[in-house]
Amino acid sequence: MEIDMQHISKAFGPNVVLKDVNFSVKGGEVHALMGENGAGKSTMMNILTGLLEPNGGSIKVDGKETHFASALEAEQHGISFIHQEMNNFGEMPILDNMFLNKEIKTRFGFIDNVKMKAIAQKSLAKLDVKLDLNQPIGNLSVGQQQMIEIAKSLMTDAKIIIMDEPTAALTENEIGKLFDVIKSLKAQGVGIIYISHRMEELFEISDRVTVMRDGLTINTYNTKETNVKQIVHDMVGRDMGDFYPDRHPKFGKVMLETNKLTREGVFKDISFSVRSGEILAFSGLMGAGRTEVMRAIFGIDKLDSGTITVNGKQVKISNPSDAIKDNIGFLTEDRKSEGLILDDSIADNIDLPSIEGFVKHGMIDRKADRDFVNLLMKRLTVKANSAEDEAGSLSGGNQQKVVLAKWVGSGSQVLILDEPTRGVDVGAKREIYDLMNELTDRGTAIIMVSSDLDEVLGFSDNIAVLYEGKLMGVVPTATATQESVMTLATGGEN
Amino acid sequence: MDNQTETKRHFSFGDFYSKLGPLVALIVLIVLVSILNFSFLDPLNLLNLLRQVSINALIAFGMEFVILTGGIDLSVGSILALSGAFTAQLVLMGVPSFIAFLIGMVTGGIFGALNGVLIAYGKAAPFIATLATQTIFRGATYVFTKGNPITGAKMSNNFGFQFFGQGYLFGIPFPVYIMVLFYILAFILLHRTTFGRKTYALGGNPRAAFVAGVKNNKMIIWIYTLAGFLSAVAGMILTSRLASAQPDAGVAYEMDAIAAVVLGGTSLAGGKGKMFGTLIGALIIGVLNNGMNLLGISSFYQQIVKGIVILVAVLLDRKQAKA
Repeated sequence: MEIDMQHISKAFGPNVVLKDVNFSVKGGEVHALMGENGAGKSTMMNILTGLLEPNGGSIKVDGKETHFASALEAEQHGISFIHQEMNNFGEMPILDNMFLNKEIKTRFGFIDNVKMKAIAQKSLAKLDVKLDLNQPIGNLSVGQQQMIEIAKSLMTDAKIIIMDEPTAALTENEIGKLFDVIKSLKAQGVGIIYISHRMEELFEISDRVTVMRDGLTINTYNTKETNVKQIVHDMVGRDMGDFYPDRHPKFGKVMLETNKLTREGVFKDISFSVRSGEILAFSGLMGAGRTEVMRAIFGIDKLDSGTITVNGKQVKISNPSDAIKDNIGFLTEDRKSEGLILDDSIADNIDLPSIEGFVKHGMIDRKADRDFVNLLMKRLTVKANSAEDEAGSLSGGNQQKVVLAKWVGSGSQVLILDEPTRGVDVGAKREIYDLMNELTDRGTAIIMVSSDLDEVLGFSDNIAVLYEGKLMGVVPTATATQESVMTLATGGEN
Repeated sequence: MDNQTETKRHFSFGDFYSKLGPLVALIVLIVLVSILNFSFLDPLNLLNLLRQVSINALIAFGMEFVILTGGIDLSVGSILALSGAFTAQLVLMGVPSFIAFLIGMVTGGIFGALNGVLIAYGKAAPFIATLATQTIFRGATYVFTKGNPITGAKMSNNFGFQFFGQGYLFGIPFPVYIMVLFYILAFILLHRTTFGRKTYALGGNPRAAFVAGVKNNKMIIWIYTLAGFLSAVAGMILTSRLASAQPDAGVAYEMDAIAAVVLGGTSLAGGKGKMFGTLIGALIIGVLNNGMNLLGISSFYQQIVKGIVILVAVLLDRKQAKA
């Protein structure tokens, strides 16, 4: 099968999302699609799979002009879309989720669980996944759920599979399995559209790569004939220079110190300190307890024992409101469920932790409040038409900047950033790093939790490594290496 | 494409409806009823209508806060009855009316706080928690009144007591002033104070609100307290107007209050809605009731019509949410 999209355009009201897009994929190839968040990749895939109507242009399938009226129709034609965001029913068994609305029935009209299970297991076996299919899908990790999603598309007779950030939640091991499957699908003549932010994956797995920017397809290359620099240049429209900005830290006094923080069964005896002007990275494997420590410091979860000292004073933090009063800010790992109120305006999100400061005669001083919001939006270069836009309408990078603006605005002297650049495109990433530099220059202490080892090594002053709820050590970034951090993170001695 | 862009900018039905829909519906309804029966526009009738509306509107103002958090309060009618009975008993015992009213309102607030505690700390679903307290408060009212109305000369011959629900000031019924006063206070509280901002945040995303420093449990308790308090204020008006506390006062009042909130464009999912809409919603229901009475429509049909109006409002709202 061969798909050829020509001169596709699409606008939502006054918002032109796709201007002129050309993209093609044929059986037996992996065609990577790169672009920053908001470049139009998802819109384009939604048009291809019938979820959205294009305003102009043509889609040809095997040379014939085609138009899918719905996602189901596209699927019947052999186009399968593995979405980045999964819509599972957490309480329902894995099997039921996999066959939702596609149940196989016996000749008496009852659901044929035996047959369904056999099909599901065959498809899961290709991915080396062994699971009890009767357990609720909510029990699985995000990575496992992603594998189920991939298995689902393998069950269909797909000729073209679209994978939107399939590896975002997968472990190294699972990624290896996925790549094996992609290679075997390729050999069977299946075409794959591969959307990812991870540069190294693209060079490992793709045959061609197309870069999008601002609703246009900038270039299409044979992967062998291009390089990272060229692709990044196309993505951001300029040369990036060094990916991580330099650090020139000037350490001041200790801003936050913890002593033997313990939450039974989660983490134990965590003692560390972070100084004014410092970026202390927290590294460790999934489940090592990094996020949990931070949530407890911020008062979201309870501590069983241990003390916290902020700016030389021992404090008691029993909820986030206390933490904010002690000038701590917390950018949570999950932006959508804990960082933002997506339906509310950007302004209402930014000023929420600081709102008590704008009360005059018992009421909110709206002018002062809006000036404050506008200043922060300018400083953090939040790209939006106005402060009254819904936060949910922004791209990932801009959403992250809104959350940052919230905590910068609340006057945080200790800023805990949990995965600050996850799901953020290259350009916005650099902006966030620059901002972190600016904040530490002004004396803020930053704790950066990150699963991205490159980021930890590339943009921090010291690295604290956790393993199974224990702090294995704090090492200066200047002398740390991938190996030394990984050794600590896997419980080995340095 | 450009044409489409232009039209979009000039006119968006969704935007228009969410901003002015309830008001337009109210005006259309008033015009319609006036044409069908001129006596609707008689100032006496209009004042009477406003007095009738005041009780539902007061309850609805509290319900607006509750629904904005994504909750619901089914116990408002029972709180109205129980606090009314307390006040009536106090007046009969010789307590000055003013103090009896205050005590009644505070008791209403306490009952509301109980709802709040069950929901905030007991983690009970608002629907179930307030369904239970609806029955409990109603039962308590029957126990307290022994199933009979509380009334007596100290109520029916008491100017101060009766003025609250029956009195006129400059030719306008006193309950209307109470309604306007509490509308202004509720409006300021919701749209001009941090309490209101936190209410919206709580309804929009409780977890994000908590991380941003909102004390969710405390907020929930205060909001249900407010709902209980305003129901009791409505209870004072009713008790005063009837010069008696009826054990079955306020039965099904929660329905009209919820209907007013929904007709006013507030989303039952929480986080979206305006106090002005709720006022308009209460007026729509008032005009419907009054108008259908004037037109001599049987009360059986009235229920059907009211139900249809609520359905249409909800469907329009859904359509707008999708657009």
